[in-house]
Amino acid sequence: MSNYFYIIWIPLLPLITFLVLGIFGRKYVKGMAGTIGSLSLLGSTGLSLVAANQYFFVDGKVNGIYQKIIAFKYTWLEFSPNVSIDISVLIDPISVMMLVVVTFVSLMVHLFSLGYMKGEERFATYYAFLSLFTFSMLGLVLSGNIFQIYMFWELVGVSSFLLIGYYFDKPSAVAASKKAFIVTRFADLGFLIGILVLAFYGKTLDIGTLIERLTSLQSPEFISITGAGFLGVSVLTWGLTLVFIGGAGKSAMFPLHIWLPDAMEGPTPVSALIHAATMVVAGVYLVARLFPVFSMDQTSLDIVTYVGAFSALLAAIIACTQTDIKRVLAYSTMSQIGYMMFALGVSKQGGEAGLGYMASMFHLFTHAFFKSLLFLGAGAVIHMVHSNEMKDMGGLRKLMPVTHIAFLIGCLAIAGLPPFAGFFSKEEILLSAFQSNKIIFGIALFTAALTAFYMFRLYFSIFWSREATGHHGSHSEGTVSMKFPLVILAICAVAAGFVPFSHFITSDGVALETHMNIGFSVAPVVLSLLAIALAAIMYKTANDKPAKVAAAFSGVYRAASRKFYMDELYLFITQKIIFPLIGQPIAWIDKHIVDGLMNALASITAVFANLIKGIQSGKVQSYALYFFGGIAALAILFIYVWK
Amino acid sequence: MSSIPLTHILSVSTALFCIGMYGLFTRRNMITMLMAIELMLNSVNINFVAFNKYLYPDKLDGIFFTLFIITIAAAEAAVAIAIIINLYRSHNSIDVEDAAEMKL
Repeated sequence: MSNYFYIIWIPLLPLITFLVLGIFGRKYVKGMAGTIGSLSLLGSTGLSLVAANQYFFVDGKVNGIYQKIIAFKYTWLEFSPNVSIDISVLIDPISVMMLVVVTFVSLMVHLFSLGYMKGEERFATYYAFLSLFTFSMLGLVLSGNIFQIYMFWELVGVSSFLLIGYYFDKPSAVAASKKAFIVTRFADLGFLIGILVLAFYGKTLDIGTLIERLTSLQSPEFISITGAGFLGVSVLTWGLTLVFIGGAGKSAMFPLHIWLPDAMEGPTPVSALIHAATMVVAGVYLVARLFPVFSMDQTSLDIVTYVGAFSALLAAIIACTQTDIKRVLAYSTMSQIGYMMFALGVSKQGGEAGLGYMASMFHLFTHAFFKSLLFLGAGAVIHMVHSNEMKDMGGLRKLMPVTHIAFLIGCLAIAGLPPFAGFFSKEEILLSAFQSNKIIFGIALFTAALTAFYMFRLYFSIFWSREATGHHGSHSEGTVSMKFPLVILAICAVAAGFVPFSHFITSDGVALETHMNIGFSVAPVVLSLLAIALAAIMYKTANDKPAKVAAAFSGVYRAASRKFYMDELYLFITQKIIFPLIGQPIAWIDKHIVDGLMNALASITAVFANLIKGIQSGKVQSYALYFFGGIAALAILFIYVWK
Repeated sequence: MSSIPLTHILSVSTALFCIGMYGLFTRRNMITMLMAIELMLNSVNINFVAFNKYLYPDKLDGIFFTLFIITIAAAEAAVAIAIIINLYRSHNSIDVEDAAEMKL
C-alpha cells in the first residue's frame, strides 16, 4: 500500500487560499486575488490528477478489485470506543473521480471568473468564497465518516448561500440565498436524523464499518435494524429514506427542488460550479457512497428511483417553457440529476446488475463537463448582452464564434448524440433502466427527447432566431481567460465519453465489460434528432409557431411556465397552514407558559426576599439574640417534644 | 461536707449566665460585651465543676474541661481586644452600632 498522504493537501490548498484571501484580500492583495485563487487550485488539480493516475493505474487495484484506502485518519470526537467522529480521507474509485471533477471544473470556473468578474467591488471576497466552497466540496467527497460528510455538507451549504447572495444589494438575490439555505437546511434535518438512526443501529459512524455491518445478513446490527419497525416500515428503510431526503434537498429533487432555479441569482460561474457540476450532485454522491446499504433495501431504492424519474420528467417539461436562459439550464440540471438518481435506484450491487451504479457515476462525470460548459457559455452570452432573457438575444453566432461552437457542443452532448460525452453515459442509464423497469425506461426516453428539444430551443434562441442587431457589435466576445475554459471544457465534453469508465468505477470495484449495443441506441438517438429538428423548425427563425403551440396547449403551458405552481404551493403551506396553525400556538405557549413560568418563579423569589431581608439588620446583638433564641427553641424541642 | 445541695450552685451559674446574656444584648460598648461573654463562660465553668463534683466525684473530666475553657477564654479575650483596638483606630469608637459599613 503506497502513501497517499499528500491527498490531504488537495482540500487544504483552497482552505489556505480562503483564509489568506478572506483575511487580507480586501486590503492587500485585491488585484491579485484571482491569480492567487487560480494558482492554488491549479496545484490542487495537479495533485488530484497525480492521485487519480496513481490510484487507477499504479496501485489502487489488488487482485483486480479497487481497494478502499484510508489515507489519513484523526479521531476528532469519541463518544465511545466504537462510535467516534473522525476526520479522515477515504480513497476509493468514486472519491478519486470526484476529486478530479471538482478540482478541474473549479479551476475552469476560477479562470473564467478572471474575466467575468473583473472590476467587481468584492473581487477578493468572491474568490475567497469560491475557495471555501472548493475546500468544503473536496472535504465532502473525501469523507470516510458519515458525520464528517454531514459537517462538510453543511459547509457547502453555507458557501452556496454566500455565493448565491453575492450581489447582496439585490433583494431577489438575498431572497434566493435564504430560500436555498432554508430548503436545504430543512432537508438536512432528515439527513441528520437518518445518520443518527443508521449510527444507532449500526453502532458506528465510520462508513466502511457501517456498510460492512449493514450489508451482511447475519450481523447482529443488520438483524436489529431490519427487525425494528416504525409505522409498519423497517427502520433500515426509514434511515435510508431520511438520508435520501437530505440528498434530495441538496440535489434539488422533487419536491425540494424549488431553491435551485432561484439560486441562479448568483454570478453565472458560481452557477456553473456549484449549481450544475459539483454541489448539486452531492446527493447522488451520498446515495452512491451508501449504495451497498441502499441495495439491501428495495423500498428505499424504489423511492430513489421514482423521485429521480419524476424529477427528471417534471424539470424537463418546465424547462421547455422558461425564458430565462439560466433557469432553463437550472431545470435541465435538475432533470439530469434525476437521471443519475433513478439510475442508482434501478441498480443492484455488484457485477452486471450494477450497471446502473456505474452509469449514474458516468453521467455525473460527463454531466459535470458539459453542464459547466453550458453555464459558462451562458455566462459569456450574459456578459455580452447584459440580460438573462431569451428575447434580448438572437443571432449571436457571428458575434461570438467561440462561444457558439462550445455551446453547440454542450447542447449536442446533453442531447445525447454520438460521439459526444452525454451519449455514452445516457445510453448506459437507459440500458440499465430498460433491464429493470420498463415504466422508468419510458419516462427516461421521453425525457431524453424533451431534453434535446429544450436545449436546442435554447441554442437556436440565443444564436439564431434573428439576425444580430448592431448594438452588440462594439462589445468583444470576452477575454482569453473566458474563452480558454470554454475550449477546454468543450474538448472534455467530446472526449469524456470515450473514457472506459466501467473499467474504473463499478459498484463492487471489479472492472465491468460494457459493449455498445447499436440496436438499442437507435431509438434514443432518433428521438433526439427528431426533437432537435422540431426545435429547429420552431425556433431557428423568428416565427409565430411557438406562440401557436403555446396557445394550443395553453393550460399545460401556463402551468409549466409557472413551474406547476410549486412555489405558490409552498407559500400556501407555510403561510396559511404552518404559520397560523403551528407557529402561532407555539409562540403563544412560549410567551405565556414558558415565559410565564420563569416570570412567576422570579417574582415569587423577589416577594420572599422582601419578606426576610428585614432579619439581616447588620446589628451584631440582634444576631446574638436570634442565636440564643434558636438554641432555646431547640432545647425546648428536644426536652419536651421529642423526648 | 454535704451541706450545699447541687441546685444552689446551679442557681448561681444560671443567674450568672442570664446576667451575661442580658449584658451582651443591652450594652453597646464592646469591652462590656466582652466582659458579658466572660461571665457566661464562667457560669459554664461552674456547671462543669459542680457536675463533676456531685455526679462523678472520682473522675476529673469536668475539671479538665474547665481548665481548657479558662485557657481558651484567655486567648479569645486577647483576640477580641486586639479586634476592638483596631476598630477603635479606624472608627474612633468602640460602639458596635458604629461599625456598620457592611449594612445595606
